[in-house]
Amino acid sequence: MALLEVQGVGKTFGALRALDGVDVSVQANTFHGLIGPNGSGKSTLLKAIAGAHLADDGTITFDGSDITRMRAADRARLGLSLKFQITAVLPELSVYDNLLLSIQADEPVWALVRSRSRAESHDRVMDALERFRLADRADDLAGELSHGLQQWLEIAMALMRRPKLLLLDEPTGGMSPEERRATGELLMPIKDDCALVIVEHDLDFIKDICDHLTVLDQGRVLDDGTVAEIEASPKVQEVYTTRV
Amino acid sequence: MAEIAQSRPKIARRQMRVIPIVEAVLLALLIAMPLLVSDFLTVIITRMVILAMLAISFDLCWGYSGIMTFGQALYFGMAGYVVALLANKAGFVQFWGVIPIGMATGLLAALFVGWFLLLGKRTPEIIFVALGTLTASYAAERMVAGWQWVGAGNGMTVYDFLKIGDYELEPGIVFYYIAAAILVLVYLASRYLVRSQFGLVLAGMRQNEERLAFFGYKVQVFKALVFCFAGMIAGLSGALYAYHEGFIGPGSMGIVLSTYAVLYGLFGGAGTLLGPVIGVIAIESISFTLSDLDAVKSFWPVVLGIILLVVVAYKPTGLLGFVVSQRERIGTFGIGTSRRGEDPRKSDDGAA
Repeated sequence: MALLEVQGVGKTFGALRALDGVDVSVQANTFHGLIGPNGSGKSTLLKAIAGAHLADDGTITFDGSDITRMRAADRARLGLSLKFQITAVLPELSVYDNLLLSIQADEPVWALVRSRSRAESHDRVMDALERFRLADRADDLAGELSHGLQQWLEIAMALMRRPKLLLLDEPTGGMSPEERRATGELLMPIKDDCALVIVEHDLDFIKDICDHLTVLDQGRVLDDGTVAEIEASPKVQEVYTTRV
Repeated sequence: MAEIAQSRPKIARRQMRVIPIVEAVLLALLIAMPLLVSDFLTVIITRMVILAMLAISFDLCWGYSGIMTFGQALYFGMAGYVVALLANKAGFVQFWGVIPIGMATGLLAALFVGWFLLLGKRTPEIIFVALGTLTASYAAERMVAGWQWVGAGNGMTVYDFLKIGDYELEPGIVFYYIAAAILVLVYLASRYLVRSQFGLVLAGMRQNEERLAFFGYKVQVFKALVFCFAGMIAGLSGALYAYHEGFIGPGSMGIVLSTYAVLYGLFGGAGTLLGPVIGVIAIESISFTLSDLDAVKSFWPVVLGIILLVVVAYKPTGLLGFVVSQRERIGTFGIGTSRRGEDPRKSDDGAA
């Protein structure tokens, strides 16, 4: 059974049908790319999965639970983690505190008041800082980091809660080629622990790290398959050569 | 890759911390003041000490949780009325009972208001909460002003003094030191809360509520808890106030005092706990001085208003913002983040 099952999902904004009967299936421990031209509905689909907005029709099942109408906070508690397209680190908190904040979300309120997990979270925070090459910036405000490092911090934050599925919306946006390559290196090891759904414009990047691709166009699934299948797909080639 | 992460040279963050110095100065003043001033002025500064708790309750809501409450006087006044009624109708004036009853009244009233304003399905807009709390405070003021049983527009005189056993606490130096000790406890409890991991959630919430929801935090629950805690402090303050002034009236529940609570916080510096205390001292001292000054006697509130306007407009971080940096104001919440290379477990809690 798939970890995430999106069936017939639709979303309308005013007169715009942003998603129309979208079906996507994501298996555990796989990297699944969502690609398509601008306005094809990739980010809308990601947000519908994460709960940033609710789907108008269709169902979304995650790890056996129907999450279609569930609030974002409850989806997060089930093991869904989202990294926004626009970096949403907390700029006036230190890099360390951003990670601590993301780690302690499941603690009961009284334990937070008593700061019971502050010491035991320290090692995990430091490990994440090392892994994402942020250890030297632990005390700096997150808002002082470069755009690329903010993206890494946000990925680290999304992973701190040990999600079953990580949703990444354009994680390499605004990065240099060197930083993109490094981002791929940082992401690959997480495959052992969780699945990934990634929206990305950089096709080389997405082909390098993804096992499976879904191509969206005008709110519908144009094609779906392995990277090799998608590369060979005439329908996809037509969209990318004529409209992108 | 390492160069990406290390492209910026390390900067040693050894900024001097100002808040502990301000804390020490205020504590010294709190202890020494009654020894330096007349009995009359001791009564005036006791009132400031009591109002400082009301100001802290506003700061917990706005400065730390982003809840713009324009109704803190509601919990203050309601607690004042309840303890005044207990004194006048039931003859109950014991300190050990009056203080918890005042706190419980504030807590329950805040729970009632918070339930409607904060715990809805959607995150309420700031303006909705501001108008909701303002309306609640105004409605309560109007209600008691027309209710004969609680003295209507004349309010209620509290005929008896607060008692500890058989000892009567008259307004004066002993009352002052008890109020000052309670203020210190309120401050320490509030500081403990806002510097805890719970406080980290509040700090995150102020910056990006939506982001916190995607971590799995139920933001509204955190807000409602702080709102109730703040209501409890306002209630404690109101109970002390009714006994200290020997009177409680509709004005102690209404929008004027609620607005003063906002001004204390903004003028002194919201989000610091100390700022509102400084705000109370500054505003009450300026009011006291101006109202006695022949040249401005007839229009001193206008002068006060201009001073407040200039400070709040010129310095949104308030008076304390002149000496406390934004970084220090927010603080850090982890252990040993400024002591890399050392075993963090051997250091203190590291909270700024």
